Amino acid sequence: MIIEHLPALQVVLPLLAAPICFLIPNNRLAGLFSVLVTWVAFVISIALVMATQDGNELHYSFGGWEPPWGIEYTIDTLNSYVLLIVSGIAAVVFPYSMTSIKKEIPQSHHRLFFTSMLLCFAGLLGMTTTGDAFNLFVLLEISSLSSYTLISLGRDRRALTASFQYLIMGTIGATFILIGVGLLYALTGTLNMADLAMRISSIGESRTLQAAFTFLLVGFGLKLAMFPLHLWLPNAYAYAPSAVSAFIGATATKVAIYALLRFLFTIFGVEFSFEAMQVHWLLMPLAVMSIMFASIVAVFQDGIKKLLAYSSVAQIGYMLLGISLANATGLTATLLHLFNHALMKGGLFLILGAIAYTISSTRIDDVRGLGKAMPLTMAAFVVGALSLIGVPLTVGFISKWYLILATLEKGYWPLTVIILISSLIAVVYMWRVIEKAYFHPRPEGSPTASEAPMSLLLPAWLLISANVYFGINTDLSIGLASSAASMLMGGPN
Amino acid sequence: MISLELYNYWVVIFLMMAGFYILIASDHLIKKVIGLNIFQTSVFMLYISMGKVSDGTAPIAVEGVSNYSNPLPHVLILTAIVVGIATTSLALALVIRIKEAYGTVQEDEILVMDQNADHGTSSEGPVHEQKLPKADKQ
Repeated sequence: MIIEHLPALQVVLPLLAAPICFLIPNNRLAGLFSVLVTWVAFVISIALVMATQDGNELHYSFGGWEPPWGIEYTIDTLNSYVLLIVSGIAAVVFPYSMTSIKKEIPQSHHRLFFTSMLLCFAGLLGMTTTGDAFNLFVLLEISSLSSYTLISLGRDRRALTASFQYLIMGTIGATFILIGVGLLYALTGTLNMADLAMRISSIGESRTLQAAFTFLLVGFGLKLAMFPLHLWLPNAYAYAPSAVSAFIGATATKVAIYALLRFLFTIFGVEFSFEAMQVHWLLMPLAVMSIMFASIVAVFQDGIKKLLAYSSVAQIGYMLLGISLANATGLTATLLHLFNHALMKGGLFLILGAIAYTISSTRIDDVRGLGKAMPLTMAAFVVGALSLIGVPLTVGFISKWYLILATLEKGYWPLTVIILISSLIAVVYMWRVIEKAYFHPRPEGSPTASEAPMSLLLPAWLLISANVYFGINTDLSIGLASSAASMLMGGPN
Repeated sequence: MISLELYNYWVVIFLMMAGFYILIASDHLIKKVIGLNIFQTSVFMLYISMGKVSDGTAPIAVEGVSNYSNPLPHVLILTAIVVGIATTSLALALVIRIKEAYGTVQEDEILVMDQNADHGTSSEGPVHEQKLPKADKQ
């Protein structure tokens, strides 16, 4: 049966496709080939979601080496859900990038661009699938290294410094993760996640365990841009090529959150993370600070990409807040927001790419009058903005609703107030863009703008309409998120 | 209580902190890469120290020996070294391109140049085009 091999194929397919893509001499063919790969990967992830829907787990041991000795890939409700997000976004962004990069990246680099994108995709999928702690580090580095390359392809020279800064901070994060995994190995003698979970639960109080926990928390904190560690993110998103911003912005931090969840809940266990280490008292203030601080900073940005990047930091704050509530509703909110935020930020960055394609700028001052000149594009932007704010009938509302429910369930009403205030700030910063686009004439002497090509609009509208569809028909996202959340809260397997 | 028996761990901690300090304190991009390398290398040594079994020999099956060091950390670190090399070479490639685009590798000078570029206009523009090197034709 092919289904047995799907967990491995999910990762191996894009990983092998990357060098093949590099060898294809024609840019267009290389692009089409990588699009095909992402679509197949998307189909595989759908099959995996269906296979794990009723709580089944799929296991795949590489090379026939039985775990805990060999590397094992494990698929359960949680990671099939994250796989669906990552490959779904890739399946939309890859076809989009074929047009989008024409104006942003020189011809000679198109093939290399698709190779790096595939590598980044493979790394992210691998991080999600793997059941081996060290393997997670390796795949994390595959995805990170390729994303540094992708970010440095931006047109502006500041892309280079942004990429270098991300490289330094990302490598510190990855090395912290390596130290954490090493300490766990020293303590337990195993790297298999299920095995680690079993052995850790039988260890009493241990300084090594606490040190490993802290190193891993800081390492993943760096990768997922947790509040004081988010400094790399705004520049990286702002100066990367549009398609890269959309892909990385919608997937990379989500996968890092998944990895953090995996370590907090499955490996260390709820008891150790939340009772012995009291991690929620660290995460909660940081989450609140990132929600408030990043939302306020976003208001004062002049570039729309940077504005959305700061808003991403705030949205990551929501996800961390959901984790720090440590109840099933909060966790469901976090998982829902993984899905929903990928849809809204992916969609919004794709629209910005379409704007950048037409007027070669994404400054707020330059979008003046675009409401008339590019009605379809700006309409999509408005829908995306509403979703980001959390207006009912969009996905943004659903995740905020669950988050507010979770805070009320715990009785932490000040947090509810903070979520509402930050939504109001989101109204302010999104309104600044919409106001310029609809209530100002095109500045004189600016190039005439017309609607972006269909090959850009179609993927953007696809993600934006998904924002509305999943805001109304919530069976799929809530069903998957809540079953994954209850699996996590239920302890290791 | 400083035990000298575990002196290699003290070396690891010293290197780790030294590398980390260079990484934070230095403005020179190449020095940052060197700091990053020292930092990573200390972790490699941490893993290799872990794998040592007292009185164990190299993990090669030989008659008459029953006590071997644990080879797994060595293998893991072999992978991590490869990752480290990839990171270093990518970082150095970026430094070369930064030097081409800005004419300097001092972070404080680059920061001033970026701020001047922002002055009066805004972020995300005006665009200072970077010249991408020609990719090799295959």
